[in-house]
Amino acid sequence: MKRYVWMTLSLVLIAAMLLSGCAKKTTTGGTPEDPYKVAFIYIGPPGDLGWTYEHDRGRKALEAEFGDRIETKYIENVPEGPDAARVIREFAQQGYDMVFATSFGYMDPMVEVAQEFPDVKFEHCSGYKTADNLATYFGRMYQARYLAGIVAGRMTKNNIIGYVAAFAIPEVVRGIDAFTLGVRSVNPEAQVYVVWTNTWFDPVIEREAAVALLDEGADIITQHQDTTEPQKAAQERGMLSIGYDSDMRAFVGDTVLTSPMWNWGPYYIQTVGAAMDGTWATHQYWGPMEDGVTGLAEYSPKVPQEVRDEVEAARQKIYDGNDVFCGPIKDQDGQERVAAGQCMTDADMLALDWFVEGVVGTISE
Amino acid sequence: MSVFALISSILTITLRAGTSLIYATVGEIYTERSGILNLGLEGMMLMGAVTAFATAFYTGSLWLALLVAVIVGGLLAALHAFLCVTMRANQVVSGLSITLFGSGLASFLGQRLGPASNNYFLVGMVGPKFTPIPIPFLNSLPLIGAFFNQDILTYIVYLLMPLAWFYLYKTRAGLSLRAVGESPQTADAMGIDVVRTRYLYTILGGMLTGLGGAHLSLAYTPGWTENLTGGRGWIVIALVIFAMWNPGRAVLGAVLFGGINAVQFRLQAAGTAIPAAFLNMLPYLTTILVLVVMTWWEALSKRIGAPAALGKAYMREEK
Repeated sequence: MKRYVWMTLSLVLIAAMLLSGCAKKTTTGGTPEDPYKVAFIYIGPPGDLGWTYEHDRGRKALEAEFGDRIETKYIENVPEGPDAARVIREFAQQGYDMVFATSFGYMDPMVEVAQEFPDVKFEHCSGYKTADNLATYFGRMYQARYLAGIVAGRMTKNNIIGYVAAFAIPEVVRGIDAFTLGVRSVNPEAQVYVVWTNTWFDPVIEREAAVALLDEGADIITQHQDTTEPQKAAQERGMLSIGYDSDMRAFVGDTVLTSPMWNWGPYYIQTVGAAMDGTWATHQYWGPMEDGVTGLAEYSPKVPQEVRDEVEAARQKIYDGNDVFCGPIKDQDGQERVAAGQCMTDADMLALDWFVEGVVGTISE
Repeated sequence: MSVFALISSILTITLRAGTSLIYATVGEIYTERSGILNLGLEGMMLMGAVTAFATAFYTGSLWLALLVAVIVGGLLAALHAFLCVTMRANQVVSGLSITLFGSGLASFLGQRLGPASNNYFLVGMVGPKFTPIPIPFLNSLPLIGAFFNQDILTYIVYLLMPLAWFYLYKTRAGLSLRAVGESPQTADAMGIDVVRTRYLYTILGGMLTGLGGAHLSLAYTPGWTENLTGGRGWIVIALVIFAMWNPGRAVLGAVLFGGINAVQFRLQAAGTAIPAAFLNMLPYLTTILVLVVMTWWEALSKRIGAPAALGKAYMREEK
């Protein structure tokens, strides 16, 4: 009997230590009036230097903007699925005014909890289901990918660019296609080799995939993953890379030419501001690069001025309404999929499941 | 790229990828041979990785970093041994809590041990690392050269493996260890100290597992990222079964597992038409296949697979 007591005790202790590590109260608060309470649900840790890191940077921007008028809190490493509903519901019950959930898989739990708490405002990143008190938000990352493609197309010597990609879903395919269109807009000889890892986050696998691409002759590596490992692998071979999610040059070095990155601060400030003023209404926001939600990180000194100018020209074209997925666009087999003078609709882009000309790789059914 | 160069490059990365797996697998084989199942490997590897990297980052000494990882791995294993041997707790529950505890604590330390300039985060910091040391002449041989273009921890594996096998099967101490795992009552009757043996080899296993974690953060993927191991601790538990508790076969398993990943990424990079999902499935499919074949073969040759007393607490008074 005694040993069960011991066992239970040690388990409870361990659980207590783990849980106390999870939830962090991050503001000082302390205004006379009631601060506006905003909660964030993260899929990973803010220390991933990628996806969650950027959302947390947005949260901090929110705090810097509103000071003690708001109070923010986050929970990291929340698994997608039923567990997420529990976490979201707890926030709603604790009197939070607004809850942001930052991964696709939180969509259905979010819908479920939003119905139960009509007075709480919910915002879901990257999903498509809405309600009167549930909005969605995302950014047009493909525009920044296209610009990064121009840099890669100009800087490659072997005309082979390696792309370490997570899963064959429209979001990732769209990124690969936009990047390749950017590459081919300045260098029609270059090809983009794709390797699927089937994981978002595994430093070892990501590195191995990058090394395989380098062995295949790639001299620039880019990626749609959550760690900096592909960039480090390229650097060790003396090759260049293009980051993703956050400014990876800060963590790897100048071999990272630039990074298409997220910048959620402006959006969070705008939408929470609207909620505090009482002007918030449900919406589906797919923010263009112009809003600053996506963009390119600062260049490495290795990127020459001509290339930077070329990128600026392309950026201006996109701002002028000439978007990335405007024709003529051919697919891998050389068939024309988008005619000259036509552009893909948002719905087409959100369901994209084919590679453009210049991509070497397959999308499994 | 010529076929030779391709095979050579695959072999090089296979050995590097397999190193951390081999350390942890050999450690767990020794632990399980004494009758203790330790499912805490994932947590122990993560703790080894984070403490090793933090030590190397601040002191600049890679050897001190290895020592710290070994001690941390050993301490966590000692906790497991205390719960399972002395307190006779359920080994599965204890192991799982060590994985949870270790992974949580490792993330926590990664967010606290870094420099102030990086918000105390250790993630993204660059520290000293083990780089491959090519051995002159030998490294230029075709194919075999891949074995001699590795970091020092992989070279140590070449020495460790035959030793681990020899100790287990050819020495008296190895025989005692196996006896404790098969039948602690008999071993006890023969005058072998069961409690001491189980403590010793559980801690030894933890030390090797810590070293495996350190290889990731100091050599293979230098630096600290949360969840750096990506489930490798669980793969090791499968590898132990795959190896049928024999350190010799563990090498085969670890190399196969590391190698198939390297091969499948190269097939993809070369633009093969085989679907990526299938290629990604290969390592796991092979594991299942080998398990089936091994079990069948073991049954035919009437050999014993798992230590008979694995996972059972030993109480002297019980008959």
